[in-house]
Amino acid sequence: MSTLTMNGDFGSKSRVDRDIHDKPAASSASTPAKEKTMETSATPVMAGTPLGERLGNLTRTAMPPVLGLLVLVGIWFVATHKGGSIPGPVQVWNAAVALFSNPFYRNGPNDQGIGWNVLSSLQRVGIGFGFAALVGIPLGFILGRFAFLSAMVNPIISLLRPVSPLAWLPIGLLVFKKADPAATYTIFICSIWPMIMNTAQGVQRVPQDYLNVARVLALSEWKIVTKILFPAVLPYMLTGIRLSIGTAWLVIVAAEMLTGGVGIGFWVWDEWNNLKVEHIIIAIFVIGIVGLILEQMLILLARKLTKESS
Amino acid sequence: MEKFVQIEGVGQTFATKKGKFVALRDIDLNIAQGEFIALIGHSGCGKSTLLNLIAGLTRPTDGVLLLEGREIAGPGPERAVVFQNHSLLPWLTCFENIYLAVERVFSTKEGKPKLKARTQAAIELVGLGHAAHKYPHEISGGMKQRVGIARALSMEPKVLLMDEPFGALDALTRAKLQDELMKICEATKATVVMVTHDVDEAVLLSDRIVMMTNGPAATIGEILEVKLPRPRERLVLAHDPAYIDCRAAVLEFLYEKQAHIEKMVA
Repeated sequence: MSTLTMNGDFGSKSRVDRDIHDKPAASSASTPAKEKTMETSATPVMAGTPLGERLGNLTRTAMPPVLGLLVLVGIWFVATHKGGSIPGPVQVWNAAVALFSNPFYRNGPNDQGIGWNVLSSLQRVGIGFGFAALVGIPLGFILGRFAFLSAMVNPIISLLRPVSPLAWLPIGLLVFKKADPAATYTIFICSIWPMIMNTAQGVQRVPQDYLNVARVLALSEWKIVTKILFPAVLPYMLTGIRLSIGTAWLVIVAAEMLTGGVGIGFWVWDEWNNLKVEHIIIAIFVIGIVGLILEQMLILLARKLTKESS
Repeated sequence: MEKFVQIEGVGQTFATKKGKFVALRDIDLNIAQGEFIALIGHSGCGKSTLLNLIAGLTRPTDGVLLLEGREIAGPGPERAVVFQNHSLLPWLTCFENIYLAVERVFSTKEGKPKLKARTQAAIELVGLGHAAHKYPHEISGGMKQRVGIARALSMEPKVLLMDEPFGALDALTRAKLQDELMKICEATKATVVMVTHDVDEAVLLSDRIVMMTNGPAATIGEILEVKLPRPRERLVLAHDPAYIDCRAAVLEFLYEKQAHIEKMVA
């Protein structure tokens, strides 16, 4: 499902880009284009057509994803309507209505509303990811700038990066003696690699021309970092951040299943023990939607920042 | 002759996978203050390498380069470079690109208003006052190259180094920028070293044309003095016998004396 929405998003992005490219072309013939828009906005008769067109565009872009979802729900319905262990869409919908009518209740540490569970998972991801950014981005800069250090550290990174973050969980439990920081620490480990590697790669790929400019102007190291390296590396850094958040959100569910406490992963496991399968399906959707929102927020941020800087 | 820039016995050898590669050897050249020098030669003859040596971006493996009697030990704003591909920072406006240079050179002595005035003056010198707050991707290639020139000039360099500054431009834009550059040099009395592969450009702009032999192990083949009075007008010069002679001399060097090596390489 995520690939489907990704494709949809790429499609829409390229369209936005084209709009942006079209604009200067139109405004280079500037005055006539301006006059035209003034005309359309002034006359109410003509204003109807763009609106209708926009509605048409909306249905055209919204149609395929909606259709896809309907097909998915349809298959689900057909597969489950004879009964069995997996609940159908209607049952899940009813359970979801009941669940979301009170997402923030608290009946002791092991029975809390779904809202609290999602929030505490997000908090863990936030903290682990934040620390990873604090360590990973500067480290990436250093590794990108100094070839010796990079050659020194690269084999270690190559060795550790393919390790499932969950393999680190026992070490975390051992060191922190508590489940919660151990889960956060697992997030830290899994989100740090993409940030280090993308930042370092970005630094290495700063065009030699820009560095030559810096050398001819004899800029101070501070100016080189703020005026040349940072803006040049920013897109790479944001890619690293996006990959990290994605992995972190994947890993937190598994980590919480093992550590327990409050969190969406723990909740899934708890509902499995209670055999409330509807809730597990709801959780799958919630995890997917939250992940999607995180990803979209970062894409938006990246677009905004890189537009400002380029 | 007054020696402003001295290049003495300079050679450049690069270490490659196949062993040593001699790019330049035995370069001897003196440049006077206010002189306009063109470096011309076939591609791969090391003319950009020589320019980078004067800029201090690379260090020679043999010999020494001096500016006003002091060794060129590294790059610096006193030897400003106009890069082939303009090399403007895309996240800064034209104004900010130039301001970065101005700030670096003059901020110890002057306040912000003065620095901004300098930046504005530089951008107006190349006729781009109206585009000061545009980003590089919003302006044409010719305009970008002008901003690059303005950035270099804004530092009030002792020597202006230009690496095929107009190579990527169309012929009409190139002619226009050449005329502008001549005016600017007239006004600022700048010392310029320009790498080019355009014979007309070399003859039109320079006081001396330094012709390089083909690489590897390239060196100075001939030096031609262009004794044409200034200001120069391209339309008038087109029929000037002295201009035609200079042009013929450069062409002869490039396509007769240096042609055989090119064939061997190809």
